[in-house]
Amino acid sequence: MLISSQRDEAGLQTTGNPTTTSSVEGDVVRDHLFRGATAFSGAAVFALVLAIVLSLAVGASLALHKFGVGFVSSTDWNPVTETFGAAAPIYGTLVTALIAMLLGIPISFGVALFITEVAPGWLKRPIGTAVELLAAVPSIIYGMWGLFVFAPWFAEHLQPWMQTYLGPLPYVGALFQGPPMGIGMLSAGLILAIMVVPFITAVMRDVFATVPTELRESAYGLGATTWEVVRYVVVPYTRTGALGGIMLGLGRALGETMAVTFVIGNAQRISTSLFMPGNTISSALANEFNEAVGDVYTSSLLALGLILFTITFVVLAGARLLLGRIGGRI
Amino acid sequence: MKIFSSGGQYARKLAIGLSLIGLLQGGAAIAAAKEISGAGATFPYPVYDKWAQAYEAHTGVKLNYQSIGSGGGIKQIEANTVDFGASDAPLQPRELKKHQLMQFPTVMGGVVPVVNVSGVKAGELKLTPEMLADIYLGKIKTWNDPAITALNPGLKLPAKAITVVHRSDGSGTTWIYTNYLSKVSPAWRKKVGNNKSVAWPVGIGGKGNEGVASYVGRINGAIGYVEYAYALQNKMAHAKLKNAAGQFVDPNSESFQAAAANADWAHAPGFYMVLTDQPGAKSWPITGATFILLHTRQNKPAVGKQVLAFFDWAYKNGSDMASKLDYVPMPANVVKLVEQTWHSHIKGPNGKPLTGAM
Repeated sequence: MLISSQRDEAGLQTTGNPTTTSSVEGDVVRDHLFRGATAFSGAAVFALVLAIVLSLAVGASLALHKFGVGFVSSTDWNPVTETFGAAAPIYGTLVTALIAMLLGIPISFGVALFITEVAPGWLKRPIGTAVELLAAVPSIIYGMWGLFVFAPWFAEHLQPWMQTYLGPLPYVGALFQGPPMGIGMLSAGLILAIMVVPFITAVMRDVFATVPTELRESAYGLGATTWEVVRYVVVPYTRTGALGGIMLGLGRALGETMAVTFVIGNAQRISTSLFMPGNTISSALANEFNEAVGDVYTSSLLALGLILFTITFVVLAGARLLLGRIGGRI
Repeated sequence: MKIFSSGGQYARKLAIGLSLIGLLQGGAAIAAAKEISGAGATFPYPVYDKWAQAYEAHTGVKLNYQSIGSGGGIKQIEANTVDFGASDAPLQPRELKKHQLMQFPTVMGGVVPVVNVSGVKAGELKLTPEMLADIYLGKIKTWNDPAITALNPGLKLPAKAITVVHRSDGSGTTWIYTNYLSKVSPAWRKKVGNNKSVAWPVGIGGKGNEGVASYVGRINGAIGYVEYAYALQNKMAHAKLKNAAGQFVDPNSESFQAAAANADWAHAPGFYMVLTDQPGAKSWPITGATFILLHTRQNKPAVGKQVLAFFDWAYKNGSDMASKLDYVPMPANVVKLVEQTWHSHIKGPNGKPLTGAM
């Protein structure tokens, strides 16, 4: 809007000069073309989202009609008898994403704060670049590293420790039972945590850097410690942006496929223990779509896709609402 | 100015690109009979690829094979978008009839149970079909189970829990393996059944042969199943299995050939033949063939002839290439039967056979 109004003013100023009229008209035409092109691109995004939802819904309708609500609540996933229930992968998707966020958010917060507030100037760039490089590593690399390096180490060192010290605890102890195989829900959650940290960190670092120097300096001038500056100036000022970064990370955790498939153990079961194998929606799809024969089977897999789409949409919409509310309060 | 010059460059690039596409299309139209396409199973892809290279060097006919999975291969041939489909599991005769297809086996492979038990080397552990099924049903839980120790008196089996490993992705290997378990164990047939992916009662799933192999290799006390070539190349410890004749056999190309030779192909309508649990003292019980699917009525007879010529050439000249890649070629009597069936089943649009009598 701003640009076009400036353009109009320029047009008015030059109308008196006949030699430049044609080029101004050309500008106007190009302006319209440009506007049309951008509007088309915007509309294309909407059309694309709509088309994806529609084709998922059409593909999933057979399974959803056949199994009804049972599709979401049943854990029975049996390609032989063609009865399908998605409870196990839904549970796995949510739990692994939760583990990833529980571990990933504090670490990202710490790294971002260190880069912007604590680290000496010469160290900021190398750490920042390292974070960006981590974000660019393809997920299959994380998967292979997880399977061949992390899982054996995890099974040998960390899991027995957890079993000894966390296992006997009331309530949470049940989460750390079973044979230490290095493969399972917890491993998948940990790998996901490592994968979301660079995303969240990069966004948080950028928004932390937007805090005006005046604000920061005045707080320090009043005698605030670094922690107090962070707590009362940086965090309140950047809450919206930081949440945006967290949502980006959550989006990756929910949809991540290959890395999870490698380490989660791919069992269509819900187990209390996080040491036990489970499954996520995206890894179930990656595993089974190629060889799925028969309408009900294919349709059930598409229904899984629709559910993942819905979960992601609800999470993002919830985040938007939350952001709106916080934004209003500041 | 800058914009215009780069625009001009773009237009030039576009023009070059378009003319290239035009050239390619023109080339494809001329070479139509010189190119055949197929899609499907991933298991035989390495050998089909090898055959295709050798065949192109030999005849100039190019084979374009996409290993998109058996499910995809069946869909593609039913939709008639490829000249042949490929599947690791045979189609039922009524399915073939419904879509007017015929199928024939090309190469064989075996599925091998592999174990990771301390002190147990390749071929030392003996298992019966019932034990294998009970392990995968979760009924036998430890390696020192009385049933296993009674059968293996010479082995020191630990009191270690058995970790069952299976494939997490849908696969022909799983189809053959669960087909075998369904044949030998009524409990398995009733509770789990036979498919490319099943509802496993116990265990963890690895993606692909490599996923299963790495889980078995890492977890002490694990048992899994992989394709024979995979077990061989990774030097994994396999178990001996008791076959239908009551003999304990090792998996190798002779025992797979024995299973195929003893199978009654002549009385298998539409070559619907699963080579699991076949008779014969030397037969490896979990053997399977991979199949090619063709339309019985070829609307483009020139292409159909090329496809049959390719597989005829592969049967005659491709055995060594297959063996080198650890596949097992079909026995001569089966090849003869297949080629006779081509003659009697595959017809051009005029209803005449595509191939001469063989």
